Amino acid sequence: MTLTLESVSKVVKGEVHIHPTDLTLEKGTMNVLLGPTLAGKTSLMRLMAGLDAPTQGRVLWEGEDVTGKRVQDRQVAMVYQQFINYPSMSVYENIASPLRLMRRPADEIDRRVHETAELMQLAPMLDRKPLELSGGQQQRCALARALVKDAGLVLLDEPLANLDYKLREELRAEIPRIFEEAGSIFVYATTEPEEALLLGGATATLWEGAVTQFGPTPRVYREPADATTARVFSDPPMNFLHVTKQDGRLMFGDGQAAPALGPLSALADGPYLAGFRPNHLELDRPAGDCLEFTATLSVTEITGSETFVHLDHHGERWVGLVHGVRQLALGSRLQVYLDPAHVYVFAESGALVAPAAYAQAA
Amino acid sequence: MTDAAAPKARAAGLSLPRVQSSTVVMVLYLVFLMLPIYWLVNMSLKTNDEILSTFSLWPQDLTFANYATIVTDSSWYMGYVNSIIYVTLNTLISVAVALPAAYAFSRYQFLGDKHLFFWLLTNRMAPPAVFALPFFQLYSSVGLFDTHIAVALAHTLFNVPLAVWILEGFMRGVPKEIDETAYIDGYSFGRFFVRIFMPLIASGIGVAAFFCFMFSWVELLLSRTLTSVEAKPIAATMTRTVSASGLDWGVLAAAGVLTILPGALVIYFVRNYIAKGFALGRV
Repeated sequence: MTLTLESVSKVVKGEVHIHPTDLTLEKGTMNVLLGPTLAGKTSLMRLMAGLDAPTQGRVLWEGEDVTGKRVQDRQVAMVYQQFINYPSMSVYENIASPLRLMRRPADEIDRRVHETAELMQLAPMLDRKPLELSGGQQQRCALARALVKDAGLVLLDEPLANLDYKLREELRAEIPRIFEEAGSIFVYATTEPEEALLLGGATATLWEGAVTQFGPTPRVYREPADATTARVFSDPPMNFLHVTKQDGRLMFGDGQAAPALGPLSALADGPYLAGFRPNHLELDRPAGDCLEFTATLSVTEITGSETFVHLDHHGERWVGLVHGVRQLALGSRLQVYLDPAHVYVFAESGALVAPAAYAQAA
Repeated sequence: MTDAAAPKARAAGLSLPRVQSSTVVMVLYLVFLMLPIYWLVNMSLKTNDEILSTFSLWPQDLTFANYATIVTDSSWYMGYVNSIIYVTLNTLISVAVALPAAYAFSRYQFLGDKHLFFWLLTNRMAPPAVFALPFFQLYSSVGLFDTHIAVALAHTLFNVPLAVWILEGFMRGVPKEIDETAYIDGYSFGRFFVRIFMPLIASGIGVAAFFCFMFSWVELLLSRTLTSVEAKPIAATMTRTVSASGLDWGVLAAAGVLTILPGALVIYFVRNYIAKGFALGRV
């Protein structure tokens, strides 16, 4: 089983929703679509499901062109961000409805509904109506309906976004386990890099209607193909500053420089874009060589055990994530430190020229 | 009234029971509201002599003869039967036609949809009298004159736009994702519409049916113009009953009471949805 998108694009009223996209998803894989809101995650999913027809390009299912095929005739299941169930039917009937439409024998329907309900911990609620359930249970009902169908392609559009924190943690841990056994192609849209990393599998990062990179999740995280991917796959987004390579050294401005080692040594002299993740910014001088910058503190956010510091560095906005609770005066000048091993180097155009040294080692 | 206030009032020499002003307002309101209905019921239970000769607040000589006349005389009770037939036909046709139309307006965008939706209501902006003449001539020439379906169809001109307007509001409240989920699950459109969608907007269908019923039940001009004998509605029977011996006051009053009843019954059943219906589902 494979789903292939062949230069699929979507244009609505002259506005490009999806740029021509090529993507091949393999059987039994978890594929994460990662991108901010309006990046085109849902649009892409609707094209995969057949709810929308692509403006151009073809959708292939196991090599067969299904571009114009009705959604009823495709092997698809979908779960939305909103809790979508059939309110007038009981939970049992909700889960049973796809099987009834496939005209399965009654005893098989009964068995599979109970199995799936057990898996989703819905067994005690089978006789209730969906709207009598809590949000988490409603979404589990929707997930059960998607799962019971045994569809080849299961699309999950931010299924956990409307749930409270604890339920999300719980379901997020369950979903990969449950879907691993099913052997279908899973597509999971999310706005959160953390969620993508927890789910594993492969990740496609989306930005303004284009897939910027597709590959195994950890690799996309460690070696983003360009600055946009790095920005999307980092929360808070990656920080950037302009650097220049000169005489075998990277000049970071303010007299800060680091020797250009490894792949950097082969680069031509000239301007580059350096990027680093917020958690690599330090407020205390670490042991060993490091870069030192002076920046103005504009906002601090304390989350309990960590502190987000928003900094202004010569007009560039940086965010740092530091351990512990820091009481810092707003507007003060801070010394911040950065290990050169944590710096990604991108070309001015955005393409990655050298991943950070730590990421290559991992 | 508090304990402290009680002796003070007595000391001031006020012996009348104190009544809250809101109670007074409510009683007056009910009296004004119920007076005509009470007087109708009062008349229906009197003899013609009593109605014409004396002023009495309640029947001195209680009689049910007026009601007996109506349920035994076919020229009277057939008026009710005719009315109920065309009202039911009209309600069924209006809702059946409005359902798919409202679904289209709530789910799809097409050329001029917003204008069309607004101009649906223009038929309600003209008084029914405007349409009496063309309907009369048209139905006479195609042989529909004096049939139940003629009145039912004429009333759909006013009821379908209203039903579309009401149902569209209710349908808009149902997320589009439910439609899509149903299609993904394998439902065909017809099956989805009947099995899943209609139960979701059941109260909207109820409210739309109620408004269709109400309009058709109280509308007099078209129903009287388009019928003569076979499909004559009760309201027409009532307004035409002048015999050689003058008006039969008691029977007319009894007929009036019986005409109020169906409307009151229907309102009782849909009372909880009416507020939402008046807001056209857009609450």
